[in-house]
Amino acid sequence: MVEVRNVSKQYGNKKVVEQVSLNIRKGKITSFIGPNGAGKSTLLSMISRLITKDSGEIYIDGAEIGKCKSNDLAKKISILKQSNHINIRLTVKDLVCFGRFPYSQGRLTKEDWRHVDEAIAYMDLQEMQDSYLDQLSGGQKQRAFIAMVMAQDTEYILLDEPLNNLDMKHSVQIMKVLKRLARELGKTVIIVLHDINFASCYSDYIVALKDGKIIREGRTEEIIDSQVLREIYDMDIQVETIGSNRIGIYFT
Amino acid sequence: MHRNMIVKITLLALLSFALIAVFLFFQVEGSWDYVIPRRLKKIAAIVLTGGAIAFSTMVFQTITNNRILTPSIIGLDALYLLIQTFVVFVFGSTTLTMMHKNLHFLLTVGLMVLFAGVLYKVMFKREGQNIYFLLLVGIIFGTLFGSMSTFMQVLIDPNEFLIVQDRMFASFNNVNTDLLMISVIIMALIAAYVMRFMKYLDVLSLGKEHAVNLGVPYDYVVKRLLIVIAILMSVSTALVGPITFLGLLVANVAHELMRTYRHRILIPGSILISIAALVGGQFIVERVFTFSTTISVIINFIGGVYFIYLLLRENKKVW
Repeated sequence: MVEVRNVSKQYGNKKVVEQVSLNIRKGKITSFIGPNGAGKSTLLSMISRLITKDSGEIYIDGAEIGKCKSNDLAKKISILKQSNHINIRLTVKDLVCFGRFPYSQGRLTKEDWRHVDEAIAYMDLQEMQDSYLDQLSGGQKQRAFIAMVMAQDTEYILLDEPLNNLDMKHSVQIMKVLKRLARELGKTVIIVLHDINFASCYSDYIVALKDGKIIREGRTEEIIDSQVLREIYDMDIQVETIGSNRIGIYFT
Repeated sequence: MHRNMIVKITLLALLSFALIAVFLFFQVEGSWDYVIPRRLKKIAAIVLTGGAIAFSTMVFQTITNNRILTPSIIGLDALYLLIQTFVVFVFGSTTLTMMHKNLHFLLTVGLMVLFAGVLYKVMFKREGQNIYFLLLVGIIFGTLFGSMSTFMQVLIDPNEFLIVQDRMFASFNNVNTDLLMISVIIMALIAAYVMRFMKYLDVLSLGKEHAVNLGVPYDYVVKRLLIVIAILMSVSTALVGPITFLGLLVANVAHELMRTYRHRILIPGSILISIAALVGGQFIVERVFTFSTTISVIINFIGGVYFIYLLLRENKKVW
């Protein structure tokens, strides 16, 4: 379980995240939603130790992240940020191999290769495993990065807007993979999403942030609701049930 | 793919050895006992400084994720020139030329390492500062040192200035044996120390966020690597003069030739290229130009031409 206790972060005078406390359940998909500048990405980055918190504690399976060795944490929790520009020229396979670094420190064993091949197969990348990243489309590249995170084989997987710049087809593809990761492999997926309907269709829990604070959290059905969404986004969103999913209509 | 790399490294090694052999045995007139040891000393200095420059530039570019930076950006070259100018300005050129070599060397290295240490200390104390801020401060200090040197150079006697000017270019011609020994020892210690960080380099080239995600103790590693770079730069600059210009060229040629991200291949490759370039350059300086030019000029000329060639040849991504 990830436990966040009274965590704050401020840049200059601006409080980006303010006294946030939160429990994230194992084996489920939890989405962070909220307007721009709500502090979703900052919170995610603090949970994954990419940025330091000003105050508060974050426990992962009972251990405070500031006191853990970085390499041990890398076997427990992985993060993928929204922009993944890499300066060096890598093939898909090279990239996925990097995911094994916490275990192999650069010298891959048979076991490591098994994980790499599995991750590539899982993300359906076999055909392009020897292609260079700069030859791939946005969706393929994103899948390659997710394959790297999979090879890292961590209990917790954090993704910061993984659907950014992807078309509908690829977005759905990525979300389905994340769902499979949670259902089949029991991974805990924490994800920042902008589209409430993706959050609604794929997540088990939703955490809504606004102005650096959590204003609502709960099961998906509780959050995808006209009243609650108005509170979060300050706009009227009609919620309809289509099939078994609750869909918010906010385009007009 | 790996075999391909090994072939390239082997070829580079052969090239370096061939150039060294030519340098050593070309037109040995008179006593071998006299000529060969003197040439060997030059070769030793070249291998040492060439290796140090190649290694530091490669690592520096990996840390900064930028292929057009060299460690000279933190102002160590400028500081070196400032120290030389300052000594001449205050004590006169006789002091600089007559000063005990070891003392001068240790003083210069000491001041440079001290400067880098203070710079890092101040910069790293403020948490969350990114490395580019460090570089920016380094550039400003470098410019400051440069201006101060120029100021003093303008004021001193033109004859004294000639002595200073002599120090402004790298030279392998008068390398002191004692200093060479000290440098070898320092660099051997550094090499032994830095080994433990080598495995992190490939991951560091992915950028900070990926490196942290993959469990690299980022701040710890980067801080130590930067200190190592400062020491290597200081020692090689104090030994032969400012030769950081070489780093940019060598690192990029290594990337072009090796076409890999693996530092296990890139670093030996760049060191060998560096040695080949310096030995070849020194040979041309001595035999073709009979010491009428400096090795910096030769390397910069060839390097510049090569760079333009790269830019013209590849309309696609060069970096």
